[in-house]
Amino acid sequence: MSEMTYLQAISDGLREEMRGDERVLCLGEDVAAFGGAFKVTDGFLEEFGADRVMDTPLAESAIVGTAVGASVVGMRPVCEMQFADFVACGFDQLVNVAGKMHYRQGLAVPITVRLPSGGGFSGGPFHSQNPEAWFMHAPGLKVVAPATPEDAKGMLIAAIRDPNPVVFCEHKHLYRRVKGEVPDGRYATPATARVAREGSSLAVIAYGAMVHTALEATEGMDALVLDLRTLVPLDEEAILDAVRRCSKVVVLDEANATCAAGAQVAALIAEKAFEDLDGPVTRVATPDVPIPFAPPLEQAVLPSAERVREACRELLDY
Amino acid sequence: MAATTRPARAARPADASGHLTDADRTRLLEFMLLMRGIEERAMGLYRQGKVPGSFYDGYGQEAVSAGAAYAMAARDRLCILHRDLAAHLVRGVESARILGQYMGRDGGVSGGRDGNVHFGDRHRGCVSMVSMLPDMMLVATGMAMAFKLRGEDRVALTWFGDGSTSRGDCHEAMNWAGVQRLPVIFVLENNQYAYSTPTEAQFAVPPVRRAEAYGFPGVSVDGNDAEAVFEVTRQARERALAGEGPTLIECVTMRMHGHAAHDDMRYVPPDLLAEWERRDPVALQKDRVRALGVDVEALAAGVAERIEAATREALAMPMPDPSGATAGVFCEGEAEPLGDGEAPWSGFAPEAAR
Repeated sequence: MSEMTYLQAISDGLREEMRGDERVLCLGEDVAAFGGAFKVTDGFLEEFGADRVMDTPLAESAIVGTAVGASVVGMRPVCEMQFADFVACGFDQLVNVAGKMHYRQGLAVPITVRLPSGGGFSGGPFHSQNPEAWFMHAPGLKVVAPATPEDAKGMLIAAIRDPNPVVFCEHKHLYRRVKGEVPDGRYATPATARVAREGSSLAVIAYGAMVHTALEATEGMDALVLDLRTLVPLDEEAILDAVRRCSKVVVLDEANATCAAGAQVAALIAEKAFEDLDGPVTRVATPDVPIPFAPPLEQAVLPSAERVREACRELLDY
Repeated sequence: MAATTRPARAARPADASGHLTDADRTRLLEFMLLMRGIEERAMGLYRQGKVPGSFYDGYGQEAVSAGAAYAMAARDRLCILHRDLAAHLVRGVESARILGQYMGRDGGVSGGRDGNVHFGDRHRGCVSMVSMLPDMMLVATGMAMAFKLRGEDRVALTWFGDGSTSRGDCHEAMNWAGVQRLPVIFVLENNQYAYSTPTEAQFAVPPVRRAEAYGFPGVSVDGNDAEAVFEVTRQARERALAGEGPTLIECVTMRMHGHAAHDDMRYVPPDLLAEWERRDPVALQKDRVRALGVDVEALAAGVAERIEAATREALAMPMPDPSGATAGVFCEGEAEPLGDGEAPWSGFAPEAAR
C-alpha cells in the first residue's frame, strides 16, 4: 500500500497496465511530451516511448476512431480526452462505431476513453461538464466513475482489461484533493457499487466527486452512502438493497438533472422498490444550465454539501 | 468549380494488367459478375417484399471494390462501403450469407442485426461499416497505426464516397495518416452523386488534390476499369509496405442506380447515364477476358447458377429468433481480433505457400 492522490492512482494504474501488457497504449492531445494537461501521463513518454504514448493531432473523433481501429486488430488503446467536454467531438465514433460493433458484428472493441470530468473550479461551460449520461443512453458502452484513489486505479485497470468500450469518468476536482491508501501492483476492481459509509435511516446514492459531498453532508447522521462506481452496468441489487435497508433515498448527481444517471436510479427505485419506500425519492442535481464560470454562479448550481444536507433533513422529517 | 465528371476524364495506369495473370483477370470478372448477379437477384427479392427496409446496390461500380480488394493480402484489413459488394466476395464471404443478410435472416452475415450491405465478416479481416460516412476512414487509420507500431507488414484499406469528403472525419483521417505516415489506403469512390447531391455542390476542388496538402500522393483512376483500380491499389500497397505512408486513390465512376431502391434518380441527366452506360465495367472486363480466349458466357452462366443455388439456400434460412434480440450488446468473453481473409491474387501465391 502507498498513499496516493486520485491523480497519482490513475497514473499508477495506467503505468502498471502498460508495463504488464504491451498491447496497451495511450493516445491523446499533449499526453506525451507534456505529460497530459493534468499530468496523468507525466514521465510515460520516457518509459514507454512515442509509439505507445502518442501525442495526437487535435482531433477527438480521430482519437476515438483510430483507437477503435487499433483495438480490433489486437491493441488496448486508452484515449485521453483533454477535458470530458471534448468527447462531444468524438461522440459519433464512440456511440455509433464503438458502441454498436459487438452487437452488429460480434467484434469486440476493447478501448478505454478517459474523461476528466466535472466542475468546481471555474472551468466554465466547456471544461466542467459531466457527460456520463450521454453514454449511458448509448447501448454497448460501459460507463464508470470512481470516487477514491484505490478505485480509480483498480477501475482503470478493469476498464483496460474489459473487452468492451469503457467510458472512464475521472473527476478533475478529486485529482489532487483526495488522497488514500492504494494497493501496489495490478488489481481490477469489480463493477459493483460500494457502501462508502454504513447507515440505516437514509441512503444517499452518489458517484464520483458527489460521494465525497454526500459523506460531508451526512456527517453525524445515521445515513448510508452508496458509491455507485459503475453506471453501466448499474448495480441494481446494491441500490435496491440500500432502499430496503433505509426506506428513504436521496439520489445525488453533479450532472444536469434531466435524464441524468440519478434519474435512472430514481426510476429503478420507483419501479422495483416502491413498497420499500417511506418517503419520496429525493433528487439533488445541477439544474439544466451550462456550468457558469464565476465562482458565485458556479456554486449556485453545483450540488453543495449544504444543499444535500438540507435535502436529507427534509426527507428525514417526512 | 468542380463539375460532375464525364467518363472521358478517367485514367488507366501504364501496364495496368502487368501484374495480373490470365487467371487473375478472369477471377476479377468472376467477382464482378457475382456482385452484379447477387445484387440483381436481391433487387428481385426486394420487389417481392423479401428484403426489409430498402436496398442499396453498386450497379456500375463493380470494378472499384473488385479491383481494390483483389490487391489486398490475407493479413491486410478492410473497411468496406455499401456499394462494394465485390470486396466481400474477394475476401471469401459466401453468396448465400450475403443474400441472407439482405433478407435479415439468421444465417446472414450479421444474423439480422444490421441490414443491407452493413456487414463485415470479422473472420475475414473486414470491419462492418456504419451509416455515418466516412467514419471508417478513422477505423482503417487506427488499424494501420497498430500495424506500424508493431512493425508488421500489413496494410489497411477503406472505401469512402464523394459526399463523405465533406465531413470532418475525412480530414481527421487523412491528416492523421499523413502526419504518422501510416500504411493505409483511402479509396475515394467518386460516383458523382451523394444521394441527389452532385459533386459540384459537394466540393469546390477535386478532393484527390487534397492528398498533397496532407503530405501523400493522390491518384485518380478510371473506376470502371477493374484492372486499373487493381494496379493503382497494388502500387499504393507497395508504398505503404515500404513505409512511405498513405495513398489517396480516386476511382472515378458513376452510380447507375438510385441511392436506394426507392429512388428514381430524376435528378440525374439521362445523357450522363447513357454516356456511363457505354463504359460499363462488367462489359469492359468481359471483352478483355473474352479476348484471352475464355468462354465468358459459360463463366457467366456458371455464376448465375451459383447465385440461384445461393438464393435457394438463403430463402431456406430462418428469420432470427426474437428471443435473441437483446443478446450480445457486450462482449462477455475474450476480445478476439479480426481474422484473415482470402487473397486470391496470384501475386500472393508464394506468400500463401510459405
